[in-house]
Amino acid sequence: MNVEPYIASNVVTLVLLVGVGFLVAFVRRNRLWREAARTLWSRRKVAILTVGLYLAIGVLDSFAWKGGVPEDVVDVLPNAPLTLVDRLFLGTREASYSAPLAEIEFYGGQPLRHPGTHLLGTDILGRDVLYLSLKGARVALLIGGLTSLIAIPLALLFGVGAGYFGGRFDDFVFFLISTLASMPGLLLLITLIMVMGRGTLSVCVALGVTSWVGFCRLSRAETLKLRELEYVSAARALGVSEPAIVLRHILPNLAHLIVITFVLMFSGLVLSEAVLSWLGIGVDGSWGQMIDGARDELSREPIIWWNIGAAGTALFGLILAVNTVGDAIRDVLDPRTLRDSP
Amino acid sequence: MSALLEVRDLRTTFPSSKRSAGPDDGLPVVDRVSFDLSSGEVLALVGESGSGKSMTALSILRLVPKPGRVVAGEVRLGGENLLDYPVTEMRRVRGTRISMIFQEPMTSLNPVVTAGAQVIEAIQLHDSIGYADARARTRELFVEVGIPDPDARLDAYPHQLSGGLKQRVMIAMALSTRPEILIADEPTTALDVTIQAQILALLRDLQRTRNTAILLITHDLGIVNELADRVAVMYAGRIVEVAERTQLLSNPLHPYTQGLLRSIPARSAAGDRLPEIPGTVPPPSQWPSGCRFSTRCPARFEPCADVMPEELRPAGGRRVWCHDVARNTNPQTDEHGEEEA
Amino acid sequence: MSAAPALESETLLRVEGLQTWYPIRAGVMQSRVGWVQAATDVSLELAAGRTLALVGESGCGKTTVGRSILRLETPQAGRIEFEGRDLLELDAEELRAARQRIQIIFQDPMASLDPRMRVRDQIAEGMRSFGIGANENERRDRVASLLERVQLDPDTMDRYPHEFSGGQRQRICIARALAVEPRLIVCDESVSALDVSIQAQILNLLRDLQEELDLSYLFITHDLSVVRYLAHDVAVMYLGKIVETGPTESLFRDPAHPYTQGLLAAIPSIDPLIRGGAPPVLGDVPSPSDPPRGCHFHTRCASVMDRCRVETPAMFAANGRASRCFLSEPGGEDEGGA
Repeated sequence: MNVEPYIASNVVTLVLLVGVGFLVAFVRRNRLWREAARTLWSRRKVAILTVGLYLAIGVLDSFAWKGGVPEDVVDVLPNAPLTLVDRLFLGTREASYSAPLAEIEFYGGQPLRHPGTHLLGTDILGRDVLYLSLKGARVALLIGGLTSLIAIPLALLFGVGAGYFGGRFDDFVFFLISTLASMPGLLLLITLIMVMGRGTLSVCVALGVTSWVGFCRLSRAETLKLRELEYVSAARALGVSEPAIVLRHILPNLAHLIVITFVLMFSGLVLSEAVLSWLGIGVDGSWGQMIDGARDELSREPIIWWNIGAAGTALFGLILAVNTVGDAIRDVLDPRTLRDSP
Repeated sequence: MSALLEVRDLRTTFPSSKRSAGPDDGLPVVDRVSFDLSSGEVLALVGESGSGKSMTALSILRLVPKPGRVVAGEVRLGGENLLDYPVTEMRRVRGTRISMIFQEPMTSLNPVVTAGAQVIEAIQLHDSIGYADARARTRELFVEVGIPDPDARLDAYPHQLSGGLKQRVMIAMALSTRPEILIADEPTTALDVTIQAQILALLRDLQRTRNTAILLITHDLGIVNELADRVAVMYAGRIVEVAERTQLLSNPLHPYTQGLLRSIPARSAAGDRLPEIPGTVPPPSQWPSGCRFSTRCPARFEPCADVMPEELRPAGGRRVWCHDVARNTNPQTDEHGEEEA
Repeated sequence: MSAAPALESETLLRVEGLQTWYPIRAGVMQSRVGWVQAATDVSLELAAGRTLALVGESGCGKTTVGRSILRLETPQAGRIEFEGRDLLELDAEELRAARQRIQIIFQDPMASLDPRMRVRDQIAEGMRSFGIGANENERRDRVASLLERVQLDPDTMDRYPHEFSGGQRQRICIARALAVEPRLIVCDESVSALDVSIQAQILNLLRDLQEELDLSYLFITHDLSVVRYLAHDVAVMYLGKIVETGPTESLFRDPAHPYTQGLLAAIPSIDPLIRGGAPPVLGDVPSPSDPPRGCHFHTRCASVMDRCRVETPAMFAANGRASRCFLSEPGGEDEGGA
């Protein structure tokens, strides 16, 4: 059965949303997490709302369906799958560059088809820059989210395994980590992407493979510490099997590290993709690509600044918000608060 | 003879979790504490965790960790109030006139500096003498505190020293400037009992030969008996009883002191049930407006929960804060007739 | 549980010649360069319903012995006979089943409980492992009754450990150990981290539980005053070996081994008429990776003789007491040191 890519993408998005739903339900049920969430909200409302805004835009851009294209629109095929964001900007294409809120084209001064409607101007192909910026949100979230979903379980598997069981497995993991860490990250990334071919999935996999090492070391170290704690010995004395101990006692006490790592890794990954775009092997439609395109534009006379301005601001906004929330999460989830008695 | 150290109505607060407006709001972990320490005397400050005894010592040296603050009272050293000193003056007092040794010798010494170097640094901080002289003085100190093979130990790192040796180095450091007062905060709690006996003997000897006053902070009444001349018992931030050592141990007045002595297993023969003090120390947010021990006191009656007891001065230089003692004490006699179980 | 009255208490636990050493590894190849001789030639006996105190200062190996009995450490040699079977010979399945009968309560009430698990889940964890309680509801009821038995409010079972005080957390640990209905509980410094007034409460609780449930305790501690209160018999350890054993009262009244004498004399008394003189034991504890030759206590012993430096004494037993010291050797020896 040949599934069209857009349907596959819809399904994956749905699954992710359901997953998030489960997470939310868990947090509401578990008092420790609920209180942490509440504290976080009270401290960083603005940053959380900002991230929420980006998330909402990303989700809106993730469901595509066919049909419903008005007849007079010429720049898209009639049965192309389009998302809500696409449809909002349907038929707004110009011929080429135009400045924000301009009435005329940037070069030549021809009147625009839709004068005064482009808040952030248009790019070389006449596409509305605001539209491109919004679409970049989904790409950024995809890169940060999907890659983390690859890197973190990988890191946990090796890290917790090495820390808990030690011995040969630990030696093997140590060897693996040391080898990976001694390779120049960027070169490895480029090589992997060349080998796997360009595209979103390859970039995510390549980024995932090169960024799990840090968290692996961290989770190994933390597991080593947790393993010696008395409640682990107590569980053993109570007849709990080793795998059950890892699942029930070690992992939940690593959860705060997972959350912190996920949030902080996110911004690093988005920025890494920007570098890849600059090298021409990034993901299509990302802000990094927009910024890369601006290399030409900035050397023109007069300069074209709204492309890079919009993409840069959008990127900056997301990274700043995520890092702010991440710092606060690190404080809120500090396990030391769980050690104070009343 | 006025005392060397006079503490009056010392009050140190920590902000409570609720946001309060006034600067005085907060939980008083040290609440109107007053006592005297005479030259050459050993005064023990006794209490369990949460009693405020360590915080009292830190308040005297103005080393209370933020967000706590000393908000009221006087700490008079030789007549001058230390709480009025500017920080630079206070730094000159710390380590020279008043020294402190702490509970954990493991973490009190810098692990990357040799033992000798740390003491030399302390000496040179307060005395402008050359390195060679300071090292010689350190070696003498090491001998005085009973460190075997002192020359080798001068160049040893803390991790190469046992707990007992580390504590001796701490004591050497504290005494290197010949302070008038030594504050010892649980100095032997982290040590084995045979090593503890050695350190207690050492402190006793040093105290005698140098006539240093010691403010000894501990929860162990056995250590109190070994070292102290007078004892002040603290509970939930307040002093509840002050007495001379033998008086306190043979005839305690305050119900908390009595309960404390009774619950020490050494005093019960095997086979009896250990007398307990029921309940737990209430957290600062739940302190009653009256006597803070009233929630657990076997001698509690009407005024106790609402009215804070006033200071009583039975004969013999004793002080006690208790309504029950007040109503039972005949002002003429100096013995209080509560028998122990 | 045991309802049949025993005329003679059965020996619940018998340890013989236990040796648990930890390898010291160094170098690139991590080869073994030496041993930390944590526990050597340890033998002891514990009867049902009684308490044996294992006493010693830090580094003497008492915690290692406790953990070895639970097979949380791996001994090199010896026998650990529990209810007649050698625990060291059991395979994984049998060991798991045996674990139900021996439980442990640790020193640090904070580290003993998982901070992210509710109290009821932690108490019920053992029940789930061993199939006690037919369903969730039944287990919940058992948790409630266990909490009551350790004098905690059953309504607090859904709380997390950090919401309890140190003494309360220790009670939770006791409840957790009781949940699987053990016969022997190893108490590893279980009251050492508690304030004196709380300590008294926990000790009384332990005593009551022993009477109610015919429990045996291996009580590991450095605090001799607690020993006198709780234990029927005492074994004193120094640098990995047992140096003296005997019934509590007898040992305290008349200690035979010089280390025991020093240990008892070092405890500061609260009797105002008694103030210590010279410290009874001088010097520091030698390293367990390089114990002294001969009698391993001879470097600090006030009564040391020439033979102590070269010969290693065995445990000399008489009248229910035993001491690893030539001064206790029957049949004439030099009195009064070298």
